Amino acid sequence: MADIRKELEQRILIIDGAMGTMIQRHKLQEADYRGERFANWHTDVKGNNDLLSITQPEIIIGIHKQYLEAGADIIETNTFSATTIAMADYDMQSLAYELNVASAQCARKAIERYNAETGNTVPKFVAGAIGPLNKTLSLSPDVNNPGYRAVTFDEVVTAYTEQIKGLIDGGVDILLIETIFDTLNAKAAIFSAKKFFRENNVELPIMISGTITDASGRTLSGQTLEAFYISVKHANPLSVGLNCALGAQEMRGHIEELSSIAACYVSSYPNAGLPNAMGEYDEAPEQTACFIEDWAKNGWVNIVGGCCGTTPDHIKHIAQHVKNVEPRKLPVLETELA
Amino acid sequence: MSTTTIKPYLRLSGLEPLVVRPETNFVNIGERTNVTGSKKFARLILNNQYEEALSVARQQVENGAQVLDVNMDDALLDGVQAMTTFINLLQSEPDIAKIPIMVDSSKFEIIQAGLKCIQGKSIVNSISMKEGEKKFIEQAYICKDFGAAVIVMAFDEQGQADTMQRKVAIAERAYKILTEQVGFEPQDIIFDLNIFAVATGLEEHNNYGVDFIEATRIIKQKYPLVKISGGVSNLSFSFRGNDHVREAMHSVFLYHAIKAGMDMGIVNAGQLVVYDEIEPTLRDLCEDVILNRNNENNEATEKLIAFAETVKAKGKAEVKDEAWRNETVEKRLAHALINGITEYIEADTEEARQKYPRPLDVIEGPLMDGMNIVGDLFGAGKMFLPQVVKSARVMKKSVAVLTPYIEAEKEERKQAHLAAGTVNEEGAGAAKILLATVKGDVHDIGKNIVGVVLGCNGYDIVDLGVMVPADKILDAAQKENADIIGLSGLITPSLDEMVHIAKEMKRRGMKQPLLIGGATTSRMHTAVKIAPEYEHGVVHVLDASRSVTVAGSLLNKEQKENFLTETKTEYTKLKESFDNKKSVKNYISYAEAKANKVKIDWANYTPTVPSFTGTKVFDEVDLAELRKYIDWKPFFIAWEMHGNFPAILSDEIIGKEATKLYNDANALLDEIIAKKWLTAKGTIGFWEASSEGDTVVVKGESSVVNLEFLRQQIKKAANQPNLSLADFIKPASLNPSNGGTLEFENLNNSTIIQDVSPIPPSGGGGADFLGAFAVTIHGIEPHIKAFEANHDDYNKIMLQALADRLAEAFAEYLHEKTRKEYWGYVKDENLSNEELIHEKYQGIRPAPGYPACPDHTEKYKLFDLLNATATIGISLTESLAMYPASSVCGWYFSHPQSQYYGVGKIQQDQFEDYVKRKGLDKEVMERWLSPVLE
Repeated sequence: MADIRKELEQRILIIDGAMGTMIQRHKLQEADYRGERFANWHTDVKGNNDLLSITQPEIIIGIHKQYLEAGADIIETNTFSATTIAMADYDMQSLAYELNVASAQCARKAIERYNAETGNTVPKFVAGAIGPLNKTLSLSPDVNNPGYRAVTFDEVVTAYTEQIKGLIDGGVDILLIETIFDTLNAKAAIFSAKKFFRENNVELPIMISGTITDASGRTLSGQTLEAFYISVKHANPLSVGLNCALGAQEMRGHIEELSSIAACYVSSYPNAGLPNAMGEYDEAPEQTACFIEDWAKNGWVNIVGGCCGTTPDHIKHIAQHVKNVEPRKLPVLETELA
Repeated sequence: MSTTTIKPYLRLSGLEPLVVRPETNFVNIGERTNVTGSKKFARLILNNQYEEALSVARQQVENGAQVLDVNMDDALLDGVQAMTTFINLLQSEPDIAKIPIMVDSSKFEIIQAGLKCIQGKSIVNSISMKEGEKKFIEQAYICKDFGAAVIVMAFDEQGQADTMQRKVAIAERAYKILTEQVGFEPQDIIFDLNIFAVATGLEEHNNYGVDFIEATRIIKQKYPLVKISGGVSNLSFSFRGNDHVREAMHSVFLYHAIKAGMDMGIVNAGQLVVYDEIEPTLRDLCEDVILNRNNENNEATEKLIAFAETVKAKGKAEVKDEAWRNETVEKRLAHALINGITEYIEADTEEARQKYPRPLDVIEGPLMDGMNIVGDLFGAGKMFLPQVVKSARVMKKSVAVLTPYIEAEKEERKQAHLAAGTVNEEGAGAAKILLATVKGDVHDIGKNIVGVVLGCNGYDIVDLGVMVPADKILDAAQKENADIIGLSGLITPSLDEMVHIAKEMKRRGMKQPLLIGGATTSRMHTAVKIAPEYEHGVVHVLDASRSVTVAGSLLNKEQKENFLTETKTEYTKLKESFDNKKSVKNYISYAEAKANKVKIDWANYTPTVPSFTGTKVFDEVDLAELRKYIDWKPFFIAWEMHGNFPAILSDEIIGKEATKLYNDANALLDEIIAKKWLTAKGTIGFWEASSEGDTVVVKGESSVVNLEFLRQQIKKAANQPNLSLADFIKPASLNPSNGGTLEFENLNNSTIIQDVSPIPPSGGGGADFLGAFAVTIHGIEPHIKAFEANHDDYNKIMLQALADRLAEAFAEYLHEKTRKEYWGYVKDENLSNEELIHEKYQGIRPAPGYPACPDHTEKYKLFDLLNATATIGISLTESLAMYPASSVCGWYFSHPQSQYYGVGKIQQDQFEDYVKRKGLDKEVMERWLSPVLE
């Protein structure tokens, strides 16, 4: 496999856009989600997008391919919720490992086919997406009992360890801990990854992407951006960045700050603007691309792409706009105080 | 495009980052949230009072701790459980969780439990090679996986390192393992090089200070990125009980250790003396002992011990150090201000006046210089409120000497201007702050303290006093051209009055910022109710010490706008979160709440018949007797010193000043009692009573009075009742038929009938009773005036605070008498004062306007029943505050199940029913009950 660090020295890499938005376009029904294997499953599974990697792999491979065609260098596996904890919503905890393997394989296949069809030789990477979970370690779901937690650190570590094993067995190149709104959940993911690497004698680059939820400039669990970065720096990540919740316009100041403090590469994949009154994202691909081009020209970013509401068209525009822009240089890490 | 550089600093985080830069100098680690170090914290945790334990953490942050050490190592505790519970709870308090946490335990499983709850980058305290390398490496990996920095104790298989060589050798070995094998970044390693006690008498201990300091120097030279820490108080262990010497030793030690490279430590910052200010003899002796100089045959040690003995002996006799009298007049003035000494101030001021060209120069020169030092020390937490008020007293006395000369000069200039026909442009002096306690409220201790503190900081204070109507406040503000208006209030109706004033300011088109303070006010109320009414700045000020920074920001042209915008944003957020939260609580209908009343087995209960019915007046109660019932804790809170009594007297940080304050208070009490400055008057009454729903029907002497109570409407857990005070009075439906009710003679107010024949108990028969009381302390005014005339705010505030305490003590005293004698429902009660303070007794004495019965207007009925205005001279203001301000009143309930609680918010259905029962206007009741309405 090509060394992603070498690529990052040369150019700004493009990460793909939204998976959910693309799945929606297929207007899938309950029966489509179930496929043959889960025709008689005892709960409704419509909306379990990660399940499609098993029941409708061709749709998922197709979406990955569209992003590769649009110019993505990194594609994310369809595993945002593929943990025992999140799968409990569909009573599919036992499928968590398998979902990760299958999703990683979908992404790998998409690259193989794309390379075969186009004769492409530029390296493409699969990032195993590790989502934030639907239960948080720093926040109490019970307003009357602020000390209560719906889940424990150990439970989260067990869930993430299984996901990581599945992703690695399925063949991902990178682990991407993303949409972090509670830093402690992310720390549990990092903890799981480091322990797994040590015990299995492997090591993959880790990308970390947090989420600033609103104008306060803090994560949902209350940390400032710098406090967040300090809290995850021990992962020794390939990159740190932000995604989701904000559009590129709102994210600008945070990316500028992160760029000035991050010892590693900086990534960013914002939403396609803020949702409109109907809850839809309507920022045009050119608009998103212009915002991101501005960051790139300021020398703030190394990896860019899109989150909720973005499409292959957005990615295509982003890729074109940053194509000839120099990537952010890694900061000099001094070893002396003075 | 320039490349960024990143420095290898130790970076920690809570909700906010903490970057330890070379110029950081020294990182203070808060040590009180440690069950092994703080008795108070240990007790709270052992009693499962985690919410209260949070206040210990908060105090640490407020006192300037940059990292919070949390330790749960106690044999009686499940440490893993305690650490998890406390840290999870702490995460929900942003003002505490903003700083990084140091997870402190000798058990690694407890450390891990803590790390599992912390999203920020914390410090592990500690790991070591005590049990060999294997375990050390294993634990280091875990710390690294959690992203924590580590404290490594200088401890190996052979034991704790005591010599310089051993300390350095262990640090080198650990450094190699951590950086080369485990992959730690050097800046994430902190060495605790063991500070041991010196001057123990054993010669082998004499070099321990030097060993630490030199080891620090060598390690920092070799590994400049690592950090050095240590627990400083061990050093002076052999001088236990002699804080004077200990503080000096700590300062001298830190002075040298920090120079050698020590970065952080667990120290009590409030107790450190400034190195430069240690008396030279003591400083030299400490230096000899710590640096092990001139110490052949323990010579230096013995000298310090001998010196310590003299300090100790002197300590009790309080031999005055008069050396400062030989200094220049400027230094004498500063010394008098900082130490609050009034003895020589008049003579010194006169001397300065003659030395300087103009009298104003004395104020603007040496006096302000002195007060600036006071302000800085207070701001840095090195002086406490009572000391500052004493400083202000000195300042005022000095200014009083100068004022006639300044006035004379002014007059001279005025005449000169008149003669020359020029315009006098004087008068644009210090910024003016107008203070008032709002209409209907008589409480002003807090406002007076704020006035003094702001006055100390050079502001011109216009104090309009108490019970000031809105128009008068705003007229005065406009006439005086005040720069800031500050409102104070203690009772809940004052909150509405403040809202009214804010509206009025808007209507008048005023521009001054409005400050809100006082016991019932809060940031939340200010944000939700007052701030939206006035756009030119409304700021809630928590206490006197905050008032200085707030006033400073508001009066600085550059800062003002920013400060107000920040405050506004913060308040808008608070309001939003308040609005969002409102819907979260679940309420039940009033009918359901009534059905879920307190279950009392009335059939098997015989109400105790009081020794009399009607009222009884106590004309002059012995203050010496009341003194025994004083609860001192609120007294210290009035002075912004928080802590339990008597523990506060020996508190490490504020104990010294608390003791002084306590001694001053007792001296003044002695005088009050001996010279009969104050008179305590009180009255109690008992009447037959029965409940009908939430109404309690009381058979007063002249008429039947219906008392109206409110019932909790929040959805309760299973088996928890929705309380109303009416539940504690026997329902009318269970009473014997009318014929069975005993008729009581009407009693004269001041007679006691000792022998009332008891009602024969008959299977739950017998009528129930309700009591009431009101007490007050008369006679404070002339003494307040005298103190004011003497520029003595310290004693003025002290007297007010003591009168309040005496009134509360009186209420406590009468309640005890009532329980044991007058009502006599627990004749054999035997409780200590502490148990009384903790309300361990049977029965309650809630006051109208307080949480269990929040309607202030019921106070009219209480006063009518007791005839309290006529007999003991308490009057009620339009906001139903009592005057004299040091007064207490309340109902007595005797049933063993009666308890204190808060009604909380009530819903519209109960409100409508209540309005009907009260027979008052809806709007009127809305205003009075606004604190409990959604």
